[in-house]
Amino acid sequence: MQRTDSVDTGSQDRRTAISWLLGSAVAASLASFFYPVVRFLNPPKVAEISVNEVDAGKVADLKPNSGKIVKFGNKPVLLVHVNETDWKAFSAVCTHLNCTVQYQEARREIWCACHNGTYDLEGRVSSGPPPKPLEEMAVKIRGEDIVISRKG
Amino acid sequence: MSAAELKVKTLDWLDERTGWRMARDLMDHKVVPMHAGTAWYYFGGITLFLIGVQIFTGVLLLLYYRPTVAESFDSVRFIMTRVDFGWLIRSIHSWSANLLILSVFIHMFSVVFTHAYRRPRELTWLSGILLLGLMLGFGFSGYLLPWNQISYFATKVGTDVAGTTPVVGPAIARFLRGGEDVGAATLTRFFDFHVILLPLISFGLIGLHLGLVQKHGMSTPSGIPAARLSHIKFFPNFFLRELMVWYGVLAVLGTLAAVFPWELGEKADPFASAPAGIRPEWYFLAQFYTLKLIPSHVWIFEGELLGLFGFGALAAGWVLLPFWEAKRGGGRRTRLATGMAVFLVFYLVVFTILGYVK
Repeated sequence: MQRTDSVDTGSQDRRTAISWLLGSAVAASLASFFYPVVRFLNPPKVAEISVNEVDAGKVADLKPNSGKIVKFGNKPVLLVHVNETDWKAFSAVCTHLNCTVQYQEARREIWCACHNGTYDLEGRVSSGPPPKPLEEMAVKIRGEDIVISRKG
Repeated sequence: MSAAELKVKTLDWLDERTGWRMARDLMDHKVVPMHAGTAWYYFGGITLFLIGVQIFTGVLLLLYYRPTVAESFDSVRFIMTRVDFGWLIRSIHSWSANLLILSVFIHMFSVVFTHAYRRPRELTWLSGILLLGLMLGFGFSGYLLPWNQISYFATKVGTDVAGTTPVVGPAIARFLRGGEDVGAATLTRFFDFHVILLPLISFGLIGLHLGLVQKHGMSTPSGIPAARLSHIKFFPNFFLRELMVWYGVLAVLGTLAAVFPWELGEKADPFASAPAGIRPEWYFLAQFYTLKLIPSHVWIFEGELLGLFGFGALAAGWVLLPFWEAKRGGGRRTRLATGMAVFLVFYLVVFTILGYVK
């Protein structure tokens, strides 16, 4: 009786060991199939167009108290002609949820149409949901040309 | 409540609402006959498995592929050079497509040699033939999608051949091309066929085909007496064997894809001459080579048209096989059917090789 028991336990052990071996082999091969798939799903980094300054057009083309969107690499920048002498430029990406902001001539402020956020002409949030001020860019006038560059 | 009770209760609850036990009962009763030809049964399953691989890798490729003349070639190159393991996924999709066609052909010929298309399986046969056509359609439409030189000219020739069909030919060619010539509209259409139209039709037909196989059970070759036939349960016995075969197929597929990565070639240029050594995918090679051999005029007929008629007659005889062969079991017609199948295998193999070397 005891002999049979011990034989049974032995074959049971072998069976367990074989199941484990088989199971881990299958698991390992499945992992090797799905590893490339997971890597494939991750989009490769597309090189950001890195620019330090862009030509934003002629001074004469943008009248005082108006603004326009200028391409800065692959990001939009809002250029504002505040008054005869004053120019401002900000990243046009609203700090709330990524919409592109615009200049409101009547109220002399920067406005985001998506969730009604407003910024003053220093880029500071004046009302609405945006959590942070707009990033300011540097504007230089070189003769007739407007040049926008990163600050600092 | 113990865990076992909870499990029973949950399953009961599910069964009351879905009737899933009916499906389980069907599975329980499904058996597979064991005889010398049982191995041929695996090719239907292998085909199904490879279709699964195609859907899976196809969905992955669609994450990065762009179906326009301006971008498609570059997007495939992006997949192959920039995306992690993109070369592998694309290579598997291409290799799997080829193995799939091969597997479909083996499946079809095994059905013919064992006369498995006979009553009451005529509709299973017909749905299978339609599926073969759809799979060739997948191959033909997918071939163009990378928009490279070889596929561009293969598509020009392929749609031109379709255009020589009497009466409806020109309309078919125009429909396929989306205009008078292969161009931007063709690519958009082929993309539509490849990822929407053909998959939708295929899903329905595969469902029908598999449903009919369940209804009639596996066919056994007529030469084996029923008394000598033993059966094994499909689930889990045969299914586990099938899984092992699929595992093997996947190993072959992975090896081919990794060791012989599918090439991309050069971007298609409509104003370049056709490159030397241009030829279609291997499964169109036999017909392609035959068309090359036929002289431009035979008596009063146009050569191409004659070839097309020849293929048409052969195809019609093939499709209608269950209706003219099965009238009498055995005898002359059976020998004719088997002879035709032997001839076809021989013709396809020889002409494919000739088309490849010449």
